[in-house]
Amino acid sequence: MSHSSATSSGPLPTIPPLLALALRPLPLLPLQLVLGGFLERILRHNPGLLDRLGEHRRARFGIKPADLPFAFIVEAAPPRLQVVRELPPGLDACVSASLANLLALVEGRVDGDALMFSRQLGIEGDMEAVLALRNAIDDARLDLAAELASVFGPLGEPARRSFELARDRLIGASREQR
Amino acid sequence: MELICPAGTPAALRSAIEAGADAVYCGFNDETNARNFPGLNFSRDELRKGIALAHGRGKRILVAINTFPRAASVALWRRAVDDAVAAGADALIVADIGLMDYVARQHPDQRLHVSVQAAAANPDAIAFYVETFGARRVVLPRVLRVSEIAEITRETTCETEVFVFGGLCVMAEGRCSLSSYATGKSPNMQGVCSPASHVAYEETAKGTTSRLGGFTINRFAPREAAGYPTLCKGRFSTALGDGYIFEDPVSLDATTLLKGLQAAGVAALKIEGRQRGRAYIESVVRHFRRALDTLEDGSEADIASLKPFTEGQSSTLGAYRKTWR
Repeated sequence: MSHSSATSSGPLPTIPPLLALALRPLPLLPLQLVLGGFLERILRHNPGLLDRLGEHRRARFGIKPADLPFAFIVEAAPPRLQVVRELPPGLDACVSASLANLLALVEGRVDGDALMFSRQLGIEGDMEAVLALRNAIDDARLDLAAELASVFGPLGEPARRSFELARDRLIGASREQR
Repeated sequence: MELICPAGTPAALRSAIEAGADAVYCGFNDETNARNFPGLNFSRDELRKGIALAHGRGKRILVAINTFPRAASVALWRRAVDDAVAAGADALIVADIGLMDYVARQHPDQRLHVSVQAAAANPDAIAFYVETFGARRVVLPRVLRVSEIAEITRETTCETEVFVFGGLCVMAEGRCSLSSYATGKSPNMQGVCSPASHVAYEETAKGTTSRLGGFTINRFAPREAAGYPTLCKGRFSTALGDGYIFEDPVSLDATTLLKGLQAAGVAALKIEGRQRGRAYIESVVRHFRRALDTLEDGSEADIASLKPFTEGQSSTLGAYRKTWR
């Protein structure tokens, strides 16, 4: 899969504060179950990710979408994903950005250094672990829609289309395809 | 002019080729190259596959083995040379004269390029590399005016290659000790400038503070554009006030100088950034591919499109158009 850069088209939009507020009371467990399965599949389909993570494969990463009322704690080996209201102290590294930028980063549509230069990406903690994660993900050429579809079995195709629709609205369809 | 593009991963290599690179440069995942960052670079198997992919598309792969071997570990660098040659590398980019000697003796048919890390900045130095080791190309340091590049190229029997975009070292490459002073590690020996293991960011109400090896090197206000956490682009308090004492955080962008570089006789243009993501590679390579393809048309390249990828969201012509002497 090949995309053009989202960064070159200007900053990506953020989740409207009212929508973020509406998401606040939602229970986190269903999301955690879906995303946990998602993470397992991604790691199973992309063994090179763990190779590139190397000694940082057991690191605990905090991922904070700056425009959402929850965050994620992600571990690659063994694969584990936790959805939390606030990131706890003691994580190896934390990455924060808007949801759109995080999704674009995971799919390699934006350059992490460019986001850092424009202050759209915050990083704290073990920088080696952050770099290893960024480079591992960038090399994996992840297609989140395809990965998500595989989680939902027979409902995969509608799930894929729903995700692509939501992602295109967030990142901008015109920026994704050449 | 040939367009030489960076790749830190196999995916980036593919992106560079798809975006229009004539050749891609990359390195092994160890300290034998000057971009030895976590999660970056190529295993032996990945390099073999990358070379097969590139050759299948009529492109070339240049392997950077451009750090300086430690006295007790020369074998690591020699093995990198042997493996790159065995993998079918189109050229080796080397900085150390001992390693160049090894290449020339053990692999006399292997095309050899003098790395920017060798800081070969005058015809006599370049002639030494050409006559002694059979170097076919020299990557010129980023400290020269275009007129100086033209003069060197005229007086040199090998090809010249220059950087046109990306991170800009203000020091002579291969001779800078700032990172080593702060962290004990340098791009010259370990392949890392400002190693991630020694970098720390702290978010406070005043903004983001960056530290390297315990030295506070900058503090960015919440919306202020930032750069890499390198000492050369640190902001310091001195008797003259607060500010950047070596250089502002900016990136080189020589898009507007392509015709001048062509007239200077330059053989190849290089894009810096093996540590950057695929999005950078795709956009920057595509930009320069288009600029080169339309060089004779007189059409103006869209310089603004690369601004988001630059350090400090700002670009410079650097030494190519010196205004300070």
